[in-house]
Amino acid sequence: MDTISKEDIRKPENIVYKRTDLLTDKALSYCPGCGHGTAHRIVMEVLEEMGIQDKTIGIAPVGCSVLAYEFMNIDMQQAAHGRAPALATAVKRLNPDKFVFTYQGDGDLAAIGTAETIHACNRGENIVIIFINNGIYGMTGGQMAPTTLEGMKSSTSPYGRDIKSMGNPLKMTELVATLPGTIYVTRQAVHTPGAVRKAKKAVRKAFENQKLNKGLSFVEIVSNCNSGWKMTPNQANEWMVDNMFPFYPLGDIKVNED
Amino acid sequence: MSMKELRLMKGNEAFAEAAIRAGADGYFGYPITPQSEVMEYLMAEKPHERTGMIVLQAESEVAAINMVYGGACCGKRVMTSSSSPGMSLKQEGISYIAGAELPCVILNAVRGGPGLGTIQPSQSDYFQSTKGGGHGDYKLIVLAPSSVQEMADFAPLAFDLAFKYRNPVLILSDGAIGQMMEKVELQEQRPRFTEEEIIKNTPWATTGKTANRERNIITSLNLDSHVQEEHNIHLQAKYREIEKNETRWETFQCEDADYILVAYGTSARLSQKAVDIARAKGIKLGLLRPITLFPFPTKPIAELATRVKGILSVEMSAGQMVEDVRLAVGDKVKVEHFGRMGGIIPSPQEIVEALESKLIGG
Amino acid sequence: MAKVKGDIVIDIEKCKGCQVCIPACPFDVIGVSKNVNGKGYNYVETVNEECTGCTNCAVVCPDGVITVYRKRIE
Repeated sequence: MDTISKEDIRKPENIVYKRTDLLTDKALSYCPGCGHGTAHRIVMEVLEEMGIQDKTIGIAPVGCSVLAYEFMNIDMQQAAHGRAPALATAVKRLNPDKFVFTYQGDGDLAAIGTAETIHACNRGENIVIIFINNGIYGMTGGQMAPTTLEGMKSSTSPYGRDIKSMGNPLKMTELVATLPGTIYVTRQAVHTPGAVRKAKKAVRKAFENQKLNKGLSFVEIVSNCNSGWKMTPNQANEWMVDNMFPFYPLGDIKVNED
Repeated sequence: MSMKELRLMKGNEAFAEAAIRAGADGYFGYPITPQSEVMEYLMAEKPHERTGMIVLQAESEVAAINMVYGGACCGKRVMTSSSSPGMSLKQEGISYIAGAELPCVILNAVRGGPGLGTIQPSQSDYFQSTKGGGHGDYKLIVLAPSSVQEMADFAPLAFDLAFKYRNPVLILSDGAIGQMMEKVELQEQRPRFTEEEIIKNTPWATTGKTANRERNIITSLNLDSHVQEEHNIHLQAKYREIEKNETRWETFQCEDADYILVAYGTSARLSQKAVDIARAKGIKLGLLRPITLFPFPTKPIAELATRVKGILSVEMSAGQMVEDVRLAVGDKVKVEHFGRMGGIIPSPQEIVEALESKLIGG
Repeated sequence: MAKVKGDIVIDIEKCKGCQVCIPACPFDVIGVSKNVNGKGYNYVETVNEECTGCTNCAVVCPDGVITVYRKRIE
């Protein structure tokens, strides 16, 4: 029988997990259940564990996470839509001793920002790109994204994505892996505790790679968008497993060990 | 002891060399005629070995201006250069830079437009440069060089103004000035900013959040309209300050003039010759050369309007600056425009003939 | 053999009731409250005493509202 009281357990020395101080106190503006929150948190945990808050500059996109700088307690720049890798290129080249990362959604990185993404990867800029792929444009109300699956409904593909008129979903991650300038390319998720732990390891590896000065680390995180997909968060995560993962399989696509 | 140097250089190259000596931290550009020499010179000079300056050829003018934006957020002296069609691509980035109140230097070597146009010189980007081009209520400080010497002098001046006001500065050149070769006196090298200087002089810059301060966020986003209005009021106050302190112009034989030419850049060079030709014919002609197009020398033009019989705005365009001349003059005196378009450079003779037909004869 | 006893503290005002933590828990510790917080969300709460402090719920929570405690019992 248990004689331990709650007060006994809830002592500061017994804390095994609490929200990192590198997230600000502000309540996240993301929808309930959205993977952005988890992705923000693992990035900030990695920066805290590496002790590099005072050396890191992050670049926020346009999209749902345009306000990422309200939640990440580091110096940040807000980039025009798609241009974050260009900002990051300059920031890193001008400040080689700092850790520089972009945090971008699928429209930002794979539509309007395609050139900036590919060329930063091609030049092998010594930065980290965090790519949140939820197959939809959340902020603007649920329109089709370059990563929207065939047949997937959105506000601009109300009858489902039609390959003939709208093209195929784009696998940017596989694309950038073909470029010699990328040294680490991986696809992760944050819908289960196991996936979150793996994703965090991947983010950690990406930031550690900056110390090597050998090229770009690209971490895609496939996420739900329960609002855009019009489901509950748990339903959206199940849908993601059944539909997104077969097309966007998780795992390391490129790892350059050194 | 003076460490100045005398050289015979092309306008574009003089600007590039002067930028290195002005302590520039980074240049990000894309080739486009007639200014590719800026980046070619920088690449050949290897300023990274001289001062640590970064030179990077970007994948587009869009990428280049956004690299400038990122570098400017860090408190660095960063710059880009382009020509008219490329400047159109940069307008979003420029609006962001102005909205976020960041310092940077942009050079536009204007060519004939609209569209792909021609590669010959023009002055048809005046509206784009002084009235917007990008979206929103913002202004660029616009410097208009009319010699290779000014192309060199304006590099450090532009950086200093940019940092003084936390505003982008545009150097509005043209294909002729960029390509012509003239004697130029180069200033001595001044050092690039150290990290300590950046933290001290531009404490808003993203240098990494240390324990002794809050995080620095560089953004132009303000979803609260009241905050955004306050921000715009602040920007407007800044532009009024710039108008008060930074208006620059030059006059040539205006003291006894009956007629005035108003011209900048290449048109000013031609107009100066036109003044000589007119005077030889007995016409008391003078020239007012705006050196800043924003802020525009409204007051001196208004003053001249009270004592002359007519003003001719000479610009290689369909007439853009003439609107600002008219605004300055009101209905005090007749204002006309003369200019060639499509990249054609008029002769000083043509300018005098235009003066005669539009203002003097009848 | 040492046993562990865990407990979680949920910031109910920051919880958005997304319920992603519920399937993450191996011991069905978490359920949905009938009450709502200041934002109108049905926040989550513990419904049994089986918590072992494994941190699964906290790790998967998008808003990071869960603090996890774990104590060794001899």
